[in-house]
Amino acid sequence: MSNTRHAELGLSDEKVLDMYRTMLLARKLDERMWLLNRAGKIPFVISCQGQEAAQVGASFALDREIDYVAPYYRDMGVVLAFGMTAKELMLSGFAKAEDPNSGGRQMPGHFGQKKNRILSGSSPVTTQLPHAVGIALAAKMEKKDFVSFVTLGEGSSNQGDFHEGLNFAGVHNLPVITMVENNKYAISVPIEKQIASKTVADRAVSYGMPGVTIDGNDPLAVYEAVKEARERAVNGEGPSLIEAVSYRLTAHSSDDDDRTYRESEEVEEARKKDSIITFAAYLKEVGILTEEVEKEINKSITDIVNEATDYAENAPYAEAESALKYVYEE
Amino acid sequence: MPVMSYIQAVTTALREEMHRDEKVFVLGEDVGKKGGVFRATDGLYDEFGEHRVLDTPLAESAIAGVGIGAAMYGMRPVAEMQFADFIMPAVNQIISEAAKMRYRSNNDWDAPITIRAPYGGGVHGALYHSQSVESIFANQPGLKIVIPSTPYDVKGLLKAAIRDNDPVLFFEHKRAYRLLKGEVPEDDYVLPIGKADVKREGSDITIITYGLCVHFALQAAEKLAEEGIDAHILDLRTIYPLDQEAIIEAAKKTGKVLLITEDNKEGSIIGEVAAIIAENCLFDLDAPIQRLAGPDIPAMPYAPTMEKYFMVNPDKVEKAMRDLAEF
Repeated sequence: MSNTRHAELGLSDEKVLDMYRTMLLARKLDERMWLLNRAGKIPFVISCQGQEAAQVGASFALDREIDYVAPYYRDMGVVLAFGMTAKELMLSGFAKAEDPNSGGRQMPGHFGQKKNRILSGSSPVTTQLPHAVGIALAAKMEKKDFVSFVTLGEGSSNQGDFHEGLNFAGVHNLPVITMVENNKYAISVPIEKQIASKTVADRAVSYGMPGVTIDGNDPLAVYEAVKEARERAVNGEGPSLIEAVSYRLTAHSSDDDDRTYRESEEVEEARKKDSIITFAAYLKEVGILTEEVEKEINKSITDIVNEATDYAENAPYAEAESALKYVYEE
Repeated sequence: MPVMSYIQAVTTALREEMHRDEKVFVLGEDVGKKGGVFRATDGLYDEFGEHRVLDTPLAESAIAGVGIGAAMYGMRPVAEMQFADFIMPAVNQIISEAAKMRYRSNNDWDAPITIRAPYGGGVHGALYHSQSVESIFANQPGLKIVIPSTPYDVKGLLKAAIRDNDPVLFFEHKRAYRLLKGEVPEDDYVLPIGKADVKREGSDITIITYGLCVHFALQAAEKLAEEGIDAHILDLRTIYPLDQEAIIEAAKKTGKVLLITEDNKEGSIIGEVAAIIAENCLFDLDAPIQRLAGPDIPAMPYAPTMEKYFMVNPDKVEKAMRDLAEF
């Protein structure tokens, strides 16, 4: 099997199966959250659907023992790969006290978990980019060989913090990898009304770093690009910008109706390239995802999602007065 | 005990903290080779090198945001905004990020960054090199805001800010930089953030203020003492969160309170001080709470006539104090 694409990238069969499993878990958790939202059990969902390949492919190319990630609100695949559990994500969906992201203080999708080096994020977009640059600055100052990895949407690449952060990283040659998950929509506004340059990656030129545009539906392509960027970063060759192009398969959030601004044919067309389907097809083709394995994975993921849902639904909320805690160090 | 200027106390505190803890570093515009436009970081580049005294691109949101990221890792960044007026592009990073980091992560993450910025007028700086911007940040729980009035306080409070595990905005009055000199002990001391300080004991009227205005009040108090008016002066030192206990105690002491700020009167810090006194000291007051502040115009004009008109000065303070004493 050494002539398979993943073997050429140095990925074992177990590793790619693990990638698929993580992608599928993200998808199934996300789908469950929509059901819970529509059933009136959780107030809000913001989806990873359509971007799992980019998120998981990238994460697997990082060193998940030492690297830092500054994810954005769709990155369920990233945080799962970095050690957050399904149960923890569900606790966040239900806004329960045990939610490690925020103890139920933030909306779901506002990730953060220090023990897994997942930086805490907010809702104003792109603010996390300078933070990732700051982490990379610390790596350089402390002479450590970790890198930081930050993601955002293509719309967010218009923010000042994108320009300020990447220029800073370029000037100081810092080990930070920025991946723009281009899902072609900033809520309702399509890419052509967001970005004047041909690609987001084109912007890298002005920051003195390489910029590449890759197929975000292909986890192996993403893996390859991020792995290369990481090698450059730890070799002192500085930052990279990666644009992973995919598609947002759901509405922006549970409060959005995408039928008001895009055609259902367009969504159906994109579904044909859905990485959950195409990567499964690849794994079947190379004989890794056998019928038996697929059955086992599906069953185990269903169990994990069910268990997480039950646990989170029954978990207690934070005490009302605990709202007063942790404004400052206590 | 060595005598040094207000700005030398800034440099001294930075140098001592950088020696004490190798995680402490400075970043900002022109802070490196040049040593800062006011020379607050003078000599630090030669002493600690370019990696700990970092000349950044001219981009305030990145200065704050990169500093916040480094602080999240465990570094102790001291970011310099060249002028407080130029902090505006960094407001999102300061208010949405630094201030809320601990709270939003339920105490998992923190952002122990110190952001220094020269503020204040009276230096022919016009609209954009003269402003007091503290009230923008002074209703943001999670932030601490320190405004020292003496070289002694500068050293002790800047060290405390750097060691604090929460984000601290540290505003230095740019006119005080070279105008004010004072004794500063050579030893390693810190002053408590969150505590006001009585700068003069008195029994007739109470002045509550901060920053350069503390000196105007002290000067006026000496003159008025000759007329038999004995002023009690409380220096807020930390203007957010306010030291409510000290404010209440100072107001009750004389029952006549004058609040002074160099900021525009409307919505300034002293409005909140007035509210604290109104809530807690009504029956101890012998006169309406008085406020002396800048006029409600956008900012300080350039021409000397108009600049002088805007600025609080010892004469204006003296008059306000006398009027209150005679009430």
